[in-house]
Amino acid sequence: MEPNNLCTVERRGRVHVITLTGPGEHRLGPALLGAIRSAVAAASAGAGALVLAAEGKFFSNGFDQAWARTVPLHLQATMEDAFRALVADLLALPVPTVAAVTGHAAAAGCALALAHDAVFMRGSRGFLYMSEVDAGIKIIDFFAEIMREKVPDAVARRDLLLRGDRMPAAEAVRRGMVDVAVEGGVEDVVNAAVAEAEKLAAREWDGEVVAEIRKAAWPKLWSKVKDYSAAAQVAVRPRL
Amino acid sequence: MCTLEQRGRVFVLTLTGDDEHRLSHALIASIRSSVASVAAAAASAGPGTALVTVGEGRFFSNGLDNIWAGTSRERLQGLVDALSPLAADLFALPMPTIAAITGHAAAGGFLLALCHDYRIMRGDRGVLYMSEVDIGLPLPPYFVSVLRSKITAANALRDVTLRGRKLKAAEAKEMGIVDAVCPGPAETAAEAIKLAEQLAARKWDGNVYASIRMSIFPEACRSIGIVEESDEEKRKHFASRL
Repeated sequence: MEPNNLCTVERRGRVHVITLTGPGEHRLGPALLGAIRSAVAAASAGAGALVLAAEGKFFSNGFDQAWARTVPLHLQATMEDAFRALVADLLALPVPTVAAVTGHAAAAGCALALAHDAVFMRGSRGFLYMSEVDAGIKIIDFFAEIMREKVPDAVARRDLLLRGDRMPAAEAVRRGMVDVAVEGGVEDVVNAAVAEAEKLAAREWDGEVVAEIRKAAWPKLWSKVKDYSAAAQVAVRPRL
Repeated sequence: MCTLEQRGRVFVLTLTGDDEHRLSHALIASIRSSVASVAAAAASAGPGTALVTVGEGRFFSNGLDNIWAGTSRERLQGLVDALSPLAADLFALPMPTIAAITGHAAAGGFLLALCHDYRIMRGDRGVLYMSEVDIGLPLPPYFVSVLRSKITAANALRDVTLRGRKLKAAEAKEMGIVDAVCPGPAETAAEAIKLAEQLAARKWDGNVYASIRMSIFPEACRSIGIVEESDEEKRKHFASRL
């Protein structure tokens, strides 16, 4: 696959690794979201598992507000819709998914990490941060649903969303949001995530079953994003 | 019955008197009136306020006024119905809320404490107690909804509702129901006010804060009659701030 200037795709063994490139904040604007969606779609073809990682200090610092300022209100929704579609694609993916949170993950960036089956996070640097309360931004329903389903503990959810706690990996592990805190640098986190993904791929699960079980495990979230998935967009049934 | 004072950015609502602070129609109305004043004052005070609810004496609140209700199902249902809007007022309040549990909090009183964002409790005396199973009363549906929203560990929820377990502060903290334990009532109130000041200092937009609270606990909000803003309205708010 041709690397673009937004994300690269590589195959390591059975693992399809998507890396958000460059030292910037990897703000989730329509262009980057589109690139990630294409990369995720490619994972369905022959990979055993998927890892999403990033270069630099940030995993992702959230939506691209700068872009949003340049477009009228009705077009801002396209960024949100693209994110919803990405979440739908991840939920419907026929392979296990692992987020390698190599740096700060804030707002939509944090939600994106949590939308994966497993989350590995850099131990020594970076934090999860739901910045909305500090930024004065309300949280729309499907977004809140990601947090409700993936952070079921009421106290953790309150501290993350209502107090805007910046959670380093160790605390996130303790509170059940992150699976493993990995010591070392960015590459160590990616390697650990890939190793985990390889183990999952080795189970050789039936992909359709993986997807169905995942959608059934997070049913409320799935119901709120399913109409946006790639499959939903493609399937057009003529009414007779 | 209850008093309201403002200390800087913090509003302090006190359930007065050394009695059980039974949630009668009169007390509920009095608390609601104070909470409404707080909401109004917040609008003019601007971002960065907080509410502390504290009790005088040995009780935070011993629940709905069952004594007055006696054997009358009608009276009891009336009290249950009267508490629900107070719960809604608290869930919709545009500022952080802290319950300073300075004494026993049972049944409706425990529920009142759960309707706050944070709970600080004295460790020397007093219990949290959902007494309904022991008394032989079913839990009103909105009680269950709030309990399920705030007590998410299954065994904790079971202990509280199905076992009628009386929780001291330390146990409640372990179960994630209470955030901090203090030696006595004075320290509890002081700690609650200190936390309130810290949270107020974050200068959160109250309207946004309440919106996020409601999006964290949608089922509890629905059960007490709060209608959450639509995504469309939330987007308009966001666009107006860009």
